[in-house]
Amino acid sequence: MADAEEAFAAALRDVIVRYPGRPALGPVDLGVAPGEILAVVGASGAGKSTLLRLLAGLETPSDGTVIRGAGRGRIGFVFQTATLMPWADVLANVALPLELAGAPREVARRRASTGLAAVGLGDRLSTRPRQLSGGMAMRASLARALVTEPDLLLLDEPFAALDSVTRRRLIEDLHRLWAGRKPRPAIVFVTHDVEEAVYLAHRAVVLDAAAGRVVAELASPGVLPRPEGWRADVDYRAAVERLAAELARSMTAIPAADERGS
Amino acid sequence: MSRLLPPLLLTALLLLAWEIACRAFQLPVYLLPPPGAVALSLVHRAPLLLSSAAATFWMAFQALVVAFGLGGGLALAVSLNRSAEQAVRPLAVALQVTPVVAIAPLVVIWAGLDHADRAVVALAAAVAFFPLFSGVLTGLKSADPDLERLFDLYGASPLQRLLRLRLPAALPFILEGLRVAAGLSVIGAVVAEFVSGSGATQGLAWRLLEAGNRLRTADMLAALVCLMIMGLALNAVVGAIEGAVRRRLA
Repeated sequence: MADAEEAFAAALRDVIVRYPGRPALGPVDLGVAPGEILAVVGASGAGKSTLLRLLAGLETPSDGTVIRGAGRGRIGFVFQTATLMPWADVLANVALPLELAGAPREVARRRASTGLAAVGLGDRLSTRPRQLSGGMAMRASLARALVTEPDLLLLDEPFAALDSVTRRRLIEDLHRLWAGRKPRPAIVFVTHDVEEAVYLAHRAVVLDAAAGRVVAELASPGVLPRPEGWRADVDYRAAVERLAAELARSMTAIPAADERGS
Repeated sequence: MSRLLPPLLLTALLLLAWEIACRAFQLPVYLLPPPGAVALSLVHRAPLLLSSAAATFWMAFQALVVAFGLGGGLALAVSLNRSAEQAVRPLAVALQVTPVVAIAPLVVIWAGLDHADRAVVALAAAVAFFPLFSGVLTGLKSADPDLERLFDLYGASPLQRLLRLRLPAALPFILEGLRVAAGLSVIGAVVAEFVSGSGATQGLAWRLLEAGNRLRTADMLAALVCLMIMGLALNAVVGAIEGAVRRRLA
């Protein structure tokens, strides 16, 4: 991590996206270090999803540059819904990224079944997505995003549609999967839930809809993965309150001076 | 079975009322023959009706294959390019809204003065074209946009995208189009046969015309019953395929 290029798994530099008939997003300056988990919070319509698509290279900025760090290439993406192909079984869904990249079917399926076992779906290989619960479908989606062993994992409110128990379980799973990889992938996690942001990430940034910019940044206390019962921790509660206040401030829609921290 | 019972009962009841009405009012047979006479005609003319039904079915089937090839192929080509779709769609709609009876004489002149069967196939194909074109095109564009993004992300080739994403997503739409087109192709074949009217095609429509000219109303009704059964059977077959595929996809 000597030079600036290597300090990021991915970064946006002065990125602006202009839409016809809507306020522009940006300029945004945002980087995620290798192995770092970054949460992006903001009101709906703040451009959080756009930000992820920019990082994934699925959208091109009107201005500015998108930087991908060394060892680039493999990106995993998890959408708001599980986005599995309903006509294919779970194994085929998870093997898809490898098969699209030209891996032999046998190899792809073997690695996919290993990945599915890691998310607790080892006994559901030939199940159709429609027969999975919401949590299981999202696990399969996570397994698909991880099957290429990405160095950058992008998650767009993946747990928003799940009940709170399933959501907490999936967050623990995500931490476990992240910690189990060598090297650990960088994760950018979009959410509108401040507790989720503080619990899950090393760092959280607030994206303001009106200003179209990052207006606040907050380092999350403690270590990852979280120790048992950490949700009762005073530091955690305080960080959640601080982030909630920042988010509320960003939503009162006064595009004031740039309050970006550090 | 319990779903078949009510319509069968109703049919039997209607036939019975028809038979009784014919006898009670002593209607002349050329005006309205009783169901019994129609049934007799069906039995007596079974070989002729069967071969005629086979001829009509064969022409409709050929038309369906042609329409599927042309409509599906065009939809596939057009789906790759937005302005191509905008250019083609109004023309396809124009073809669809023009009454088939009105085009029939033209098609007979162009394709079929000597080969009435070709005219019949061409016309039936023209009628069956739109639901197939429309079904395939709509289906190919029906894939989940996030899945499309996923294929972008993993750098899928156009062929991979077509085979692994768009075609499977399109399948239910294609089958729906096929079901509508199957029914229409029979209608198209019958109309074309009526218009060409030469007897060269020997289909069920010709049997209708022929019997009509001789005022053999029971024979007309028998041919009509054959057409009805053929339509129902076709619908059932395509419906069964559709159901099987849907179950596989679900």
